[in-house]
Amino acid sequence: MSPPVAPPGWSRWLVPPAALSVHLSIGQAYAWSVFKPPLESALGLSGTQSALPFQLGIVMLGLSAAFGGTLVERRGPRWAMTVALICFSSGFLLSALGAATEQYWLIVLGYGFVGGIGLGIGYISPVSTLIKWFPDRPGMATGIAIMGFGGGALIASPWSAQMLESFGADSSGIALAFLVHGLAYAVFMLLGVLLVRVPRAPASAAGRPAPSAGVQVSARSAVRTPQFWCLWIVLCMNVTAGIGILEKAAPMITDFFADTSAPVSATAAAGFVALLSAANMAGRIGWSSASDLIGRKNIYRVYLGVGALMYALIALFGDASKPLFVLAALVILSFYGGGFATAPAYLKDLFGTYQVGAIHGRLLTAWSTAGVLGPLIVNWIADRQEEAGRHGSSLYGLSLVIMIGLLVVGFAANELVRPVHPRHHVTAPDPEESADVARQQ
Amino acid sequence: MSPDSSERPPARRPLIAFAWLWVGAPLAYGLYELVRKATQLFTG
Repeated sequence: MSPPVAPPGWSRWLVPPAALSVHLSIGQAYAWSVFKPPLESALGLSGTQSALPFQLGIVMLGLSAAFGGTLVERRGPRWAMTVALICFSSGFLLSALGAATEQYWLIVLGYGFVGGIGLGIGYISPVSTLIKWFPDRPGMATGIAIMGFGGGALIASPWSAQMLESFGADSSGIALAFLVHGLAYAVFMLLGVLLVRVPRAPASAAGRPAPSAGVQVSARSAVRTPQFWCLWIVLCMNVTAGIGILEKAAPMITDFFADTSAPVSATAAAGFVALLSAANMAGRIGWSSASDLIGRKNIYRVYLGVGALMYALIALFGDASKPLFVLAALVILSFYGGGFATAPAYLKDLFGTYQVGAIHGRLLTAWSTAGVLGPLIVNWIADRQEEAGRHGSSLYGLSLVIMIGLLVVGFAANELVRPVHPRHHVTAPDPEESADVARQQ
Repeated sequence: MSPDSSERPPARRPLIAFAWLWVGAPLAYGLYELVRKATQLFTG
């Protein structure tokens, strides 16, 4: 399948909905928790077991984005979206079979392994194309798509819950729900496959950038530059700090105000978590668009520097004022989302558009690392503090200080980002890559 | 390389509207549910 080139007059405003149809679908992954309790009772699973499909899915997301990125660049967005559609949808269909036959390993294999490949390939599928269509506003363009990943869970969470309520939470009800998910997401993602087009570009040998295309660095060279690893640290620290709040949001707000005259109820805590999701989504589109105006390095200075200040405010005065606590947490979560969404545009600034999708795929390993690191730090420290007899806001004091430290490390890494040395720029066709491309044509 | 929206023939407009509606409608549903839940912070 060759990359679908846009016919004359094709509107670039058709590309963001194509990207959104994929990201809104694969974002369902963050709503997996809806299936956990029914699976546990229907198949007699522990909480750890029922989390396995999601965890494997996130691992596969990181791996397939990192290792499949170059292939996505070569084959184009339509191929990538087709692969994402087939994998994500058949993951659900395999899971339906697993639930119907009560074979849990099929659900792990289907949703986790096969579906996880769909997550990774789908996540990076529109990035490079969007940046090429919106060279004037790459932050806004990728912000729209990556906001979709956050939005996917907002849609799936009530939708899946409603479906389980209607079909029943036994194994046949779960199987039917998985089946409907697989079919509905296939139809929904099809819009992306049909609409996505790459812009017309000056032809060049073996798909390499035209000499006038500015700084261009291949994915293979990019991972050998200090800039890539500085950005890796920036993203990892920013995501870890965000997860620090996300992971414990509900117990955290309850504990902070437990000893005050206005304690927070479980219902209000759930509302707080929902508000954080909204801030996460708004940050993705808002801050990423702002980066087009104030620059990528500056916006990450804000994410990391102001983020550290917000954490300090929570640590020092968080239990004294509920509005202050909520506001600071919302700002941190908006920076968390913004950090994700601005990364592709930052990569484009540093490495050019040549293989930006593949480079982005490799950068996402920072997300996988942070996904392990963040919950580990916060949960481990909170457990130790509880064992030491602490309660209320003092349970989180050390975690908050660590989060500030991580953000300061990220801030320093961002300061070290400089333009890429010309020795890494693409100048002449790489014989090995040209041979790969020739074999595929 | 940058596509110019002025090149867009009027016939594409229904397709653009359809595509945005396709993704906008479920997103609006998700946001509505989110707002409903989020208001619990102030009422719960």
